[in-house]
Amino acid sequence: MKPILQIENLQTHFFTKAGVVKAVDGVSFDINAGEVVGLVGESGSGKSITGFSVMGLVDAPGKIVGGRIMFQGEDIAAMSPQQLQSLRGNRISMIFQDPMMTLNPVLRVETQMVEAIKAHDSMISKSEARARARDALGLVGISAPEERMRAYPHQFSGGMRQRVSIAIAMLNRPDLIIADEPTTALDVTIQGQVIHEMQRLCEVTKTALLWITHDLAVVAGIADRICVMYAGRVVEQGPIASTISQPLHPYTRGLMGSVPSQNRRGQPLQQIDGMVPSLLNLPSGCAFQNRCAMVSDKCLSEIPEPIDVGEQRLVRCVNVGQEPAS
Amino acid sequence: MTAFILRRSLQSLIVLFVMSLLVFGGVNMVGDPVDMLISPEADQMEIDRVIRDLGLDRPVTEQYWYFLVNAFKGELGRSFIFGEPALKLIIQRMPATMELALFSLLLAVVFGIPLGVYAGLKPEGKLSRTIMAGSILGFSMPTFWVGILLIMFFSVNLGWFPSTGRGETATYFGMTSSIFTADGLSHLFLPAFNLALFKLSSVIRLARAGTREVILQDYIKFARAKGVQESRVIRVHLLKNIMIPIVTVIGLEFGSLIAFSTVTETVFAWPGMGKLIIDSIYNLDRPIIVAYLMIIVLIFVTLNLVVDILYSFLDPRVRIKGAK
Ligand SMILES: Nc1ncnc2c1ncn2[C@@H]1O[C@H](COP(=O)(O)OP(=O)(O)OP(=O)(O)O)[C@@H](O)[C@H]1O
Ligand SMILES: [Mg+2]
Repeated sequence: MKPILQIENLQTHFFTKAGVVKAVDGVSFDINAGEVVGLVGESGSGKSITGFSVMGLVDAPGKIVGGRIMFQGEDIAAMSPQQLQSLRGNRISMIFQDPMMTLNPVLRVETQMVEAIKAHDSMISKSEARARARDALGLVGISAPEERMRAYPHQFSGGMRQRVSIAIAMLNRPDLIIADEPTTALDVTIQGQVIHEMQRLCEVTKTALLWITHDLAVVAGIADRICVMYAGRVVEQGPIASTISQPLHPYTRGLMGSVPSQNRRGQPLQQIDGMVPSLLNLPSGCAFQNRCAMVSDKCLSEIPEPIDVGEQRLVRCVNVGQEPAS
Repeated sequence: MTAFILRRSLQSLIVLFVMSLLVFGGVNMVGDPVDMLISPEADQMEIDRVIRDLGLDRPVTEQYWYFLVNAFKGELGRSFIFGEPALKLIIQRMPATMELALFSLLLAVVFGIPLGVYAGLKPEGKLSRTIMAGSILGFSMPTFWVGILLIMFFSVNLGWFPSTGRGETATYFGMTSSIFTADGLSHLFLPAFNLALFKLSSVIRLARAGTREVILQDYIKFARAKGVQESRVIRVHLLKNIMIPIVTVIGLEFGSLIAFSTVTETVFAWPGMGKLIIDSIYNLDRPIIVAYLMIIVLIFVTLNLVVDILYSFLDPRVRIKGAK
């Protein structure tokens, strides 16, 4: 299967007064058509910035300084603002974390939906656009969509608002949806519904999904493949089942250990000691060195390259293949 | 909504009452109008007669009581100088002042919002810095001094605009105003610009602050993520949100624009109520001073009410609460 999105060695840096923040520094992964890829990592690891880079929505002082983002054979990083605009919301959509903040409080839901359609189809009539918006709301499980469309965002609950965002993201039948922690701000029962809804819709429409989260349990439930990010790099990627059952990178292993699980009931949860290094001032060598139990001289001097360990798995660790010291 | 308006109207009445006490008390403390009204050669008989006619021989409390009773009948006394009802004199001059204030407001909004939004979108740019520096000047330069400079430069040196007075007026849609004639407009422009300068500066600052805050919001990014054109993001998504504080401040400060127009009207000899009040203060024409201040207070409280109602139209979140 040919990937619809190929990210190669993407580098997105922020040029701040304090120095260059390497928020994304050498990220590579692919997404195939219709595939669900989970992008996990702790806060600040560069997940959102990776997503925004794909959308061409990195705000100043951030800039894509290196790498390629090939979407259906075109390099997004090299596109003009007009080309990007016609791509966004049309072929690639994005859903944000906080549904309370993503809809404009002073515009009716209808206005916000119709404009998304009109932005990519200037010929469409108002009534036709409205009808499409209404149907999209119906699809994500909003009852009486005709009526609800006239309402303002504050008249919806958080879960409903996120459904509205999902409906907006799907309006123009994109090939890829980037969902940036779309359920983090929702309570658990609603979370489950929204995840299920998204999964169902993407399956039906064969839309590829990049699901950004720090919740491994969610990724395990819906993703085909997983990419684990740490300090601006993808340290491990592979099919979901094998990566979760046999994580190879020490950081991934640490992440798995910190997830509550049925099998280890009664045992204390593990945690990864130490802090993420400052992105302003990354150490030379592996960024995980200060928190890693297996650190060696090699880790201090060279940035590990992705190693292909077979079964479509890539790991960025010089110790891969060796058993942990413990 | 009706209950809300009723409650607010009652509050306004109380404010008016308290203000009338303050104003009446204050005016009675400064100077003796009799000195101004009567020629030095007048004999004691004549002086007594005038004092009696004006009711100045009664105790202040009694004078106030008469004032209140008359105020309820819609009469705010007679001018000592003109001998005509104070209210009538003020209302005659009100259109000129309103025209000046409204046109100033228009200038402030039409120029202030685009300049402020631009400065907010490109905070580091050269032009933005110039705009902001200009707005500081607008805040800090005294109105009368700027007015004189404007006259010197644009009227005397360049001869582009007339220096004083109100131009020709014409009547359309039952409204008599100088904005309908070219001569009127050319007379209006300089004083309006003078009066607008302060407001223009605050609109620029508000628009810039609003823009810088709103542009970072997720809903702006989401609008862009939908592929909405940047011009629409600014015109609709951004502007609608920053208008809320701008309308509030503009509305609330419209009263101060009218109050401030006294200075501009004096500099440009604009025949409005601001000029009337200044002349009346010189002549200690108490009824006009009192009536003018009461009208200003009335304008302020009315504007407050209107802004609150308008606010609920701009911000749908307020509308719902108000309806409950
Ligand atoms: N405007 C900015 N200026 C400077 N640094 C920035 C800016 N925006 C993001 N960064 C840096 O980029 C890094 C990555 O941010 P990003 O939002 O991608 O993290 P994330 O993985 O999505 O985290 P979270 O789970 O908290 O959303 C952050 O550590 C932050 O320091
Ligand atoms: Mg994020």
